[in-house]
Amino acid sequence: MNTIGALAGVVIKEMYRRKDFYVLFVLTALITIAAGMVNFFHDPKIVRYVKDICMLLIWISALLIAIVTTARQIPAERESRTIFPLLAKPVTRGQFILGKFFGCWLATGMALLVFYVFFAIITGSREQHWPWLTYLQAIWLQWAMLAVVIALSLCGSIISAAPSSTTTICFIAVAGILLVGGHLNTVALHQSQPLQTIFYTIYFLIPHLEWFDIRDRMIYDWGLVNWLDCVLATLYAAAYTGLFLLLTWLGFRRKSLNT
Amino acid sequence: MSIILKTEKLRVEFTSGELRQTTKVALGSLDLEVNVGEVFGFLGPNGAGKTTAINVLLGFVPPTRGAAYLFGIDVRQPIARQRIGYLPELTYYYKFLTAEELLRFYARIFGLPRTEADQRIDQLLKLVELEQARKRPIKSYSKGMQQRVGLAQALINNPDLLILDEPTSGLDPLGRMKVREIIQRLKNEGKTVFFSSHELGEVETVCDRVAIINQGELKATGRVSDLVAQHQANLEKAFLDIVGYQPQSAS
Repeated sequence: MNTIGALAGVVIKEMYRRKDFYVLFVLTALITIAAGMVNFFHDPKIVRYVKDICMLLIWISALLIAIVTTARQIPAERESRTIFPLLAKPVTRGQFILGKFFGCWLATGMALLVFYVFFAIITGSREQHWPWLTYLQAIWLQWAMLAVVIALSLCGSIISAAPSSTTTICFIAVAGILLVGGHLNTVALHQSQPLQTIFYTIYFLIPHLEWFDIRDRMIYDWGLVNWLDCVLATLYAAAYTGLFLLLTWLGFRRKSLNT
Repeated sequence: MSIILKTEKLRVEFTSGELRQTTKVALGSLDLEVNVGEVFGFLGPNGAGKTTAINVLLGFVPPTRGAAYLFGIDVRQPIARQRIGYLPELTYYYKFLTAEELLRFYARIFGLPRTEADQRIDQLLKLVELEQARKRPIKSYSKGMQQRVGLAQALINNPDLLILDEPTSGLDPLGRMKVREIIQRLKNEGKTVFFSSHELGEVETVCDRVAIINQGELKATGRVSDLVAQHQANLEKAFLDIVGYQPQSAS
């Protein structure tokens, strides 16, 4: 655990010493504040638009931070050759992968927390209403979803050595799942064979990241998600995260590293 | 004398090309033994297989055949690397960390308790003369300073065996002298040092024994003085004879 913790610590330090997070946070803050100052259609419930924009920006920013941070980890270690003095120490490749995973996940979680605190301040100051438990559920579910995304990106970075291509592929895959993943079964119904089987197979294989999206509940104050559903969603995310981490380890454990 | 590092008929092949049909033999059948307390020089021209052998010892590359052991433990087991220190040829460290943070990170990997790690970090930064720069990010260091951070990280666990891959490569004469002094000091402390180098003068100065490899095969091994006596020349001439260098006659 000490080794994994040490590796994760370096990833977190790297994130807060780089500018990616600050740029995304300032951008989100500026757009949200600007949107909050405009009175759309003289709507008295203007705060809903602000919430909608702010949550969308938080989702995009969190995905960007998670994917970009993760996709560069292993390729950058190999390119800058920092992996050699590291693996020359009693560090297993499994520990290396877990350290990277936890580092990226914790770093993204910290960024997410900053974004949600900002969201709570902005919306709470307008509505005079602080639904803390809903915020807690939203942040937890989004963080659990990001664990799957991070594990997927880590797996991708083993296959492709270029961080840019891993980032692009992962972002397209995640955006695809979030936007159309939940509708694939409906699409499959209207297809003939073998397309129907293919669509159903994809539908049942992909991690349904859209299940973790409870933005509408926050925007329209629909109340809390059933806590049991939260637990099940967490287990579902843990299962996919474990699967992707296992695939990453299988791909990495026997890889030759030439200095 | 007990053996600290050993390779047995170590063979490494690399396959490349479409359908992996091209095979390059990086190491043929390498048998090496390094005793406790020795400074052992590992010599060979570029592409001879020195770095591949070091890569196998450090677990970066799996052997195709044969085996390698550190402290009697197969190098494929990470625990074999618990008591070694490794200094790569070039400086490969997290440049966004300071020297102190880097050393603390590696100390944590070895599981050193906080107080012991603090003491060790202070000692090592003093040894490599980086006390003044300990809070500065590594990216602001000169090449010589980066190499000294490398040496400090290689010593963080107070290793019994040091593996140095061309430790003085690219350093100015002063930097080389400092690294040489540190190797000498480690030898006096009873540490075993295994290092590859092209600097034959340096090897002659600090090494007890050497091994010379060429094209993946071990060509000679023995005490520096024996090799020099056998070839009735200095180490450089002996090295050239052993690797089969034929000088082109001037037209």
